[in-house]
Formats: sequence, C-alpha cells, structure tokens
Amino acid sequence: MLDADFFRRWMTATAASVDREAERLTALDSPIGDADHGSNLQRGFRAVAAALEKEAPDTPGAVLTLAGRQLISTVGGASGPLYGTLLRRTGKALGDAAEVSEEEFAGALRAGVDAVMALGGAAPGDKTMIDALVPAVDALGDGFAAAGSAAEEGALATTPLQARKGRASYLGERSIGHQDPGATSSALLIAGLREASGASGE
Amino acid sequence: MSDDKLVGIVLVSHSAEVAASVAELAKGLAGGGTAVPVAPAGGTEGGELGTSAELIAAAAASVDRGAGVAVLTDLGSAVLTVKALLAEGDELPAGTRLVDAPFVEGAVAAVVTASTGADLAAVEAAAAEAYTYRKV
Repeated sequence: MLDADFFRRWMTATAASVDREAERLTALDSPIGDADHGSNLQRGFRAVAAALEKEAPDTPGAVLTLAGRQLISTVGGASGPLYGTLLRRTGKALGDAAEVSEEEFAGALRAGVDAVMALGGAAPGDKTMIDALVPAVDALGDGFAAAGSAAEEGALATTPLQARKGRASYLGERSIGHQDPGATSSALLIAGLREASGASGE
Repeated sequence: MSDDKLVGIVLVSHSAEVAASVAELAKGLAGGGTAVPVAPAGGTEGGELGTSAELIAAAAASVDRGAGVAVLTDLGSAVLTVKALLAEGDELPAGTRLVDAPFVEGAVAAVVTASTGADLAAVEAAAAEAYTYRKV
C-alpha cells in the first residue's frame, strides 16, 4: 500500500531530479520552445517541496492536490497548468483514503493523464508530455521500474516526431529531430516513483 | 447607470504591457469614462513574460460586481492557466467564464457590450463574434 509519505517522497524525488536536470530541460526547450522549461519547473517543484513541508498533508490525495495547486500557481508557463492538472486530478481521484493500492494509484494517474489530454487537446504522437505519460500509465501494472522505462522510451521516441501542439507546432517540420522537453520532464516525474518506493522496483 | 450590475472583463496576456494596453484601448473605444470594470493580468508576478494564476485570480476578484466575469486570453499558458483555475472550482469568482475570442477585437467587443449593461452571455457572444470580422 502507498501512504502519504510515499507521495511526499515522490514529489521531493521529482523536485531533486528537476533541479539536477533543469539546465538540460531548458536546453531541450531552446531550439523548439522558449527556453524556460527547466527554470519554470524548477521554480514549481521547489514550491511544491516547500508547501509539502509546511502544510504536511496526511493523505495521498491531499499531497497530490496540494502539489498540483502549487504548480499551477508558481510555474508561469504552460507546464504549470498541465502538470498541476495531472497531479490535482490524480489526487482528487484518490479521494481521502489514508493509503491506496498500486492499482488504485494506476487508475487515478490514468484519470490525471486523461485530464491533461482534455486540457491541452494533445493526443499520443503529438510530441508532448503525453508521449511519456501514456506509456508509463500503461506499464504501471508491471511496477514502477517498468513505468519508468516506458516513460523514458516514450520521451526518446518523441525525437523524430513533428510537434502538433504548443509553441513547437509553429515550427512545423523544423520541430523534427529534437526530443520534446515536456516528455523528458514527464519521464523524470515517473522515474521519481521508483525512487520513492526505495528503488525496489515496486 | 450604477456599475454594480456590469459584467467584469479580465484580459490575460503573456505580456503585462499587452494586457494593460489592450485594456486601455478597449475602454477608450467604449467611450471615455465607461464604468465597465476591466482588469489586465499580464506576465508573471516577477514581471517576466508568462502567466500568473495569482494575477488572474486577483484581477477577476477585482472586477467581479456580481454579474459575472468574462476572461479573454492570448494563447498557450494563458488559456491553460485560466482553464485549470476554472476546473479548480473556487479560485475564480462564481460566474467567471473563459471567452473564446480574438484578444484585441474581442476585448473591444466585450467592453463595449458590457458597457450597455448586457449580461455575461451577451458579452461572451459579442466577443466570440469578433472572430467573424474579416479585414480583407
């Protein structure tokens, strides 16, 4: 079972990896975006970590809802409402249970990913964060390690795609050949699950 | 006419200057001294290009007179942030609506229509209709 502590560790692990990878995310965002993805997410996840420490929500749902709200408030770019909606909808789907099973979490995360697709209008293959998140959710039944690998592969597979959503879509064919920054940060988020579980792959 | 029944207008742009200038333009074209409450929410709190949920929520609260608030946006994160705030349920005043309209022309149509005392649906329709205004 996964408790509030697990979800707190997930968020702090993600905050740490976003900190570590911020420059790479911004570099990926330079040729096809506006070169702010790393710094925006860094600001957002730092605020998430600080809010979780201060408010110490005591259910899985409350941890993710608070994290989502922080991202919407602090990121300043499109990744704020997108990641914010992902975490908040996932949190809402978990309700107020003190612990949730991995199956319940997988179902909730799918609801979160569906909400992101509804908000941004992106589908798989559009060269967005969805290209990492959908394979991750599909693989979640096989454990966090499998989900992490699926997200990473999904992010790598965005390189040959032509962007159909967001600012990169204005570049048309020139967006081909660049790995999508949003899919890359989504893979970091999913990788955080395994870290939170103690790297046991569970 | 007292302004307590007028629809409020919020203009969200990635740029503080664009939001403020379009607000000024729309109010000016609606006739000087219009009582329509119009608030810009441009850029981030740090004064950079981007979108601030806090500035949007504050702007919406500041123009809410109880007749609803029409929010017009430019693009990208401005649209997504307003949608995410609306989905939240309690971040924006009751009767706040994201209006699907071109930013400049829609703002002018919205403010002029609101200045007649029209309700939110009419303000929204006028702003959306600005898409049909062809220039060539």
